[in-house]
Amino acid sequence: MVEEIGTTVEGDVLINVGPQHPATHGVLNLLLTINGETIKKVEPHLGFIHRSIEKMCESLTYRQFIYVTSRMDYLSAHINNHACALVVEKGLQVEIPSRAKVIRVLMDELTRIASHELWWGAMAMDLGAFTPFFHAFRERESINDIMEETCGARLTMNYIVPGGVMYDLHPDFQKRVKDFITLYKLKIHEYDEMVTGNIIFQNRMKGVGYLSAEDAISYGCTGPTARGSGVSCDIRKLYPYEVYDQLDFDEILETGCDSFARYMVRIREMNQSIRIIEQLIDTIPEGDFQAKTKAVLKLPKGEFYQRVETARGEFGVYIVSEGGNTPYRIKFRSPGFSNLSALDQMARGSKLGDLVAMMGTLDLVIPDIDR
Amino acid sequence: MTNDALKAKITELLPATGFEEGGQWLNINVEPADWRLLAEQLRLDASLQFDYLFCLTCIDWKTHLTMVYHLDSTKFRHNIVIKAKLDVAKPAIETVSDIWRTADFHEREVYEMFGVDFINHPDLRLLILPDGWEGKRPMLKNFEDPVNMIRL
Repeated sequence: MVEEIGTTVEGDVLINVGPQHPATHGVLNLLLTINGETIKKVEPHLGFIHRSIEKMCESLTYRQFIYVTSRMDYLSAHINNHACALVVEKGLQVEIPSRAKVIRVLMDELTRIASHELWWGAMAMDLGAFTPFFHAFRERESINDIMEETCGARLTMNYIVPGGVMYDLHPDFQKRVKDFITLYKLKIHEYDEMVTGNIIFQNRMKGVGYLSAEDAISYGCTGPTARGSGVSCDIRKLYPYEVYDQLDFDEILETGCDSFARYMVRIREMNQSIRIIEQLIDTIPEGDFQAKTKAVLKLPKGEFYQRVETARGEFGVYIVSEGGNTPYRIKFRSPGFSNLSALDQMARGSKLGDLVAMMGTLDLVIPDIDR
Repeated sequence: MTNDALKAKITELLPATGFEEGGQWLNINVEPADWRLLAEQLRLDASLQFDYLFCLTCIDWKTHLTMVYHLDSTKFRHNIVIKAKLDVAKPAIETVSDIWRTADFHEREVYEMFGVDFINHPDLRLLILPDGWEGKRPMLKNFEDPVNMIRL
């Protein structure tokens, strides 16, 4: 790569952002072509933490491969596990107990809030505001504590498994979640006071990283990235799974198409997740937390696909089975991979300093992109 | 559109098409040579408007490779799956990266992992794998690498 760096024709300069740049949130390398301060091209170089998870899964059984998927989008570990559990259940045609369904949705939504909190703190830090990071982590910490009590882990939970969930809820779960909701409602206005309404912040975000609705669809963008361009793409609404079709929540759409719109989608989405949790927390059905399944799971010959909504967008698991206890081929359609491909389109023609704001609102998690 | 209506419409566009039903979505088997023309029609036809390619991948069946395209329409919310069989010795198919821009990255991934040549792709080179991995096709079933163990 080094020999490529330097001045080329017409005053164009090639520079590297990353792989050890703090704003890439992991090991991502962007090769930029700039002229003065104007970006002419962004070329992502991926694979610094490519572990070939898809190939690994070909030799893991349907009970084992769940654990690897927590390591992809580690901020949405529950939701990755959820997608894998759903696709296996689809193949086995297992109906899971309603208690497990509700627990799964509660965990998904807590994860979504935790992920958005981290994104909010990290993005503000990228733009030069350090304090929000501590505020975000204060709330996120109580979610991590809830996870730790029930799942025994704070990051890679591996809690949602084919047939239900691994263990029953901790006795304190409901109380702890209600305490968290109280804390969240008490503190959320600080987010708006500190960052959203800040004029310096708004000037750095508004009109930056324009992505039209057509481009968002064509590039396969999903999640808040596409919803900031007004594209309706929430899998929870469009292709509901578990109990999402019985819940009352809104799909957040913004029409600004810029970084600020994508920012607002995530901020407003957290409130919707709180709404979902409030509807479910007092009415968790009694009963089993796991359906009875065989010790060795064998999927019938065929193809199975499951789409879910993670904090970053649409996550898909595609399993091709030949009837054995391991998948013949598995494909993870990760939201970050497609969202990143739109960065070139967004960044062309804008200033170098705005690149950080654009990357911040894409909410990139590198292991999710590299897989 | 329902699956039957989709079937009728696609048979109209491409008469010699094979269908597979019973799965989650309608599966359509096409010849690699027909794919490019069908893709343009699927994207542009007013009653189909498949504008969202949500998954593009490849499967190694040892005797042949199968390209799999999952399509969705953001307007009508109908889905189809397109499959094209490729020759294992010299796999090649026309690119769709100008129809669905997301295919650019996905095709590059399939190119490096399976060695599929996407004809007319603007920038077909390694995306995830580091330099020196050209032509190694690590996702193929017969790939063995004693140094970087990927079979558990």
